[in-house]
Amino acid sequence: MKNWPMKSYLTGIYLFFYIPILVLIIYSFNNAQYSLVWHGFSFRWYQELFSDNDLWISVMHSLVLGVSAATIAMCIGGLTAISLFRYQFFGRQLLQGLIFILILSPDIVMGIALLILFSMIQLQLGFWSLLLAHITFCIPFVVVTVSSRIVSFDEYIFEAAKDLGAKDMIIMTRIILPLLWPALFAGWLMSFTLSIDDVIISYFVAGPDFEILPLKIYSMVRLGVKPEINALCTVTFGLTLLLIILSQLVLRKKP
Amino acid sequence: MKHHDAGLKIFSLGVIWLWLIVFALLPFCLVTLASFVSHDNAHLLMLPATLQNYLQLNNSIYVKIFKQSFYIAGMCTLICLLLGYPFAYAIARMKSRYKSLLILFIIIPFWTSSLIRTYSMITMLKPKGIISSILMWTGVISKPLPLLFTDTAVMIGLVYNLLPFMILPLLTNIERLDNRLIDAARDLGANRLTTFRKIILPLTMPGIMSGSILVFLPAMTIFYIPDLLGGSKSILLGNLIQNQFLIAQNWPLGSAISVVFTLLLGILLLIYWRSSRKDTQDLL
Amino acid sequence: MATNIIELRGVSKSIHGHGILHGLNLEVRNGEFLTLLGPSGCGKTTLLRLISGFEEPTTGTVFINGKDVNGLAPHLRHVHTVFQSYALFPHMTVYDNVAFGLRCQKLPKAEINARVVEVLRTVKLEKYANRKPDQLSGGQQQRVAIARAVVNRPLVLLLDEPLSSLDYRLRKTMQIELKQLQRKLGITFIFVTHDQEEALSMSDRVVVMHEGQIEQVGTPRQVYEAPQNLTVAQFIGEANIFDSEILAIDGKQLTVNIQGKQRQMKTNRSFDVGQKVHILVRPEDLRVWGQSEVDNSNEMYPGVVEEVIYKGTTVDLMVRLANNQLVAATEFFDEDDEKLEYTIGEAVWATWVSGWEVVLPYETS
Repeated sequence: MKNWPMKSYLTGIYLFFYIPILVLIIYSFNNAQYSLVWHGFSFRWYQELFSDNDLWISVMHSLVLGVSAATIAMCIGGLTAISLFRYQFFGRQLLQGLIFILILSPDIVMGIALLILFSMIQLQLGFWSLLLAHITFCIPFVVVTVSSRIVSFDEYIFEAAKDLGAKDMIIMTRIILPLLWPALFAGWLMSFTLSIDDVIISYFVAGPDFEILPLKIYSMVRLGVKPEINALCTVTFGLTLLLIILSQLVLRKKP
Repeated sequence: MKHHDAGLKIFSLGVIWLWLIVFALLPFCLVTLASFVSHDNAHLLMLPATLQNYLQLNNSIYVKIFKQSFYIAGMCTLICLLLGYPFAYAIARMKSRYKSLLILFIIIPFWTSSLIRTYSMITMLKPKGIISSILMWTGVISKPLPLLFTDTAVMIGLVYNLLPFMILPLLTNIERLDNRLIDAARDLGANRLTTFRKIILPLTMPGIMSGSILVFLPAMTIFYIPDLLGGSKSILLGNLIQNQFLIAQNWPLGSAISVVFTLLLGILLLIYWRSSRKDTQDLL
Repeated sequence: MATNIIELRGVSKSIHGHGILHGLNLEVRNGEFLTLLGPSGCGKTTLLRLISGFEEPTTGTVFINGKDVNGLAPHLRHVHTVFQSYALFPHMTVYDNVAFGLRCQKLPKAEINARVVEVLRTVKLEKYANRKPDQLSGGQQQRVAIARAVVNRPLVLLLDEPLSSLDYRLRKTMQIELKQLQRKLGITFIFVTHDQEEALSMSDRVVVMHEGQIEQVGTPRQVYEAPQNLTVAQFIGEANIFDSEILAIDGKQLTVNIQGKQRQMKTNRSFDVGQKVHILVRPEDLRVWGQSEVDNSNEMYPGVVEEVIYKGTTVDLMVRLANNQLVAATEFFDEDDEKLEYTIGEAVWATWVSGWEVVLPYETS
């Protein structure tokens, strides 16, 4: 039951979540370098942000990485979820266990594990090491998203299609994909967001030549609070917000 | 059932297994192997095999860091549980049409970059930051409050980042709670406290466990939160491992730390799993 | 076309060492409406799946139109299945659902269109061609499922409990519709159900199954009026069973002793003197008389009315006989019958017209 102690408690928690971010957003428009006092509204820091070339390069890199990783993870993760639902095969439970372990693994363990792998196969740290790493940690999330949608299917749809003469490929293209695309897209969005925001794993497998945004932010933040960072965070937060709303809308769609 | 066109199945399974074995299973095995080898200035990993790395961990410094990390992660989990459970309970049982909107407002912080959220905390906690300024302005304190670079700051930062990880699993779990069970308990004469203790709490235990795991694990291993909010004083497990790999270039030791950490965690999970199975068996 | 469109010889099926079907032999005649009837777990759905090709028999052979179909993929067998949940493709229109099988065969567009339109007309759904399944009622969805299967001109249509998810009224309507549809199409229907009333009302022949065996195959009348054994008798319709022993045999006439009184019975089966038997009397054949109405109680059994259940068209009486056996009698309202109102606790006489009983060999349950 909602009464006022509960209502104020809930409001308190929401405020706890959002006030720091709102403060950040507000101060990104503050016309002052270090002061906390309001010196007037200004787009100054955004202008500095948009003229920072290095930053833009890292943004481009992150976008390219994110799109590639999300797309490949969506394909592999989607195939995994579909295969787990449709087929009986040797080691099925092992596969599910592996996915489960991947989700639970702390980022840092995965980061060092991949670092060791890449150094052993002598892969140069850079775009490819990042891509392979990002795909790997995104796959389980796609599997979970797609699996939760696919289990609501009537399992006899596949038998009916087979009964009527459909080959596996037809079943995949004419039945599974049309019904599953919202979940696949949501998985893509989730992977893209995870990739754009990943710090820990990227920290270990990134190389000096391919700068990505989260690591750039991290190094900037370590040097101290700077107003451009406020602007950068505001922009990033806004984009994340858009992506989340988009993904929620897509997931709500009925077939 | 016979498969007359198994082409797609073979392709799918082939790709999946290949990828997961090479990029998931293999790396984890390599970490375990790496923990048993040596290193020197020229080679990150080299033979001979040795138990040296594990023996090194017996050093009081490392033990202290382990203990500290477990303690902080545990406290963080507890705080998140105490803050998050009533919140999740209230929202899950809500019948308002704003419910999905309210849930969206939890999902947003969950998906926002953790780094950005941690950074926003810095602004709040600085000596001349928001919290300090407000407290001074209202006259509660007279000097700027040095919240940043303390253990408290790290704790606040961890809770701030990880609270959604506790709330969301609890939400899904509590939403599945069958109202009729609560009605039945009340009908049979249980008061609110008893209903909570005997019906609601046990039934929501899976949600509590999921949330706790999702908070505890990262709390031990996210290195940038202690780094940014705690400064150089704060060394938790995540920082230690990061340090060994990227600064001290002692990969075998870093691997050994990771392996020990994973084992300890595995034991904790096993104990929980055993005890929950035993409970069910006792009930039967 | 062979007269027996489907034949099973010595078919057994085990799954994980668990025996589901045991050495079945069955002949399905071309053009008939055949029902597989039995309780849950009797193997009727498995049998259906052996015919459709989704399972293979462990031993034995399945013949479709005279051909051995062992190992043949489902879609190559010229039989199609209507699933219990209909399994319509939710994202496709009715038209696309029905056309699906034809498109898989890569038939020319014009032919596909002609056949789909024709079959939709047959199931009276031609106006719904562009609707999606979730815009249709349960009965309409079922007709789409049938249309989708039938448009491919299968030799046999297999229906796996298609009416079980419909409510009572709709079920009754669909039963009649299905029967008419089958006659119109002329295709053999093999129908699976656990509802014996449904089986009796729709089928040309009924296959009564129990625990992986076929107990009896016959017309509805045959399985109801002349059940082969106790299992069939008790599964189909209600049954009052009197246990007895044969005292004497005279050709087709038997003398038995029931509750201390001797009776004559007729039977076509052969028995031996001294053999134990079950005597089956259907509730509608059991007569109940009040004390005042009876003069000669030679072949009547005394009892007490325990329950009176008024059902609108009939009255069911539960009578506790003197030997503590509970029997059920169903009486139709007859305006000429003086006494149809019995009270609980009233003493009555129960009997039946000679010849209306069925004598069955004794079985230990």
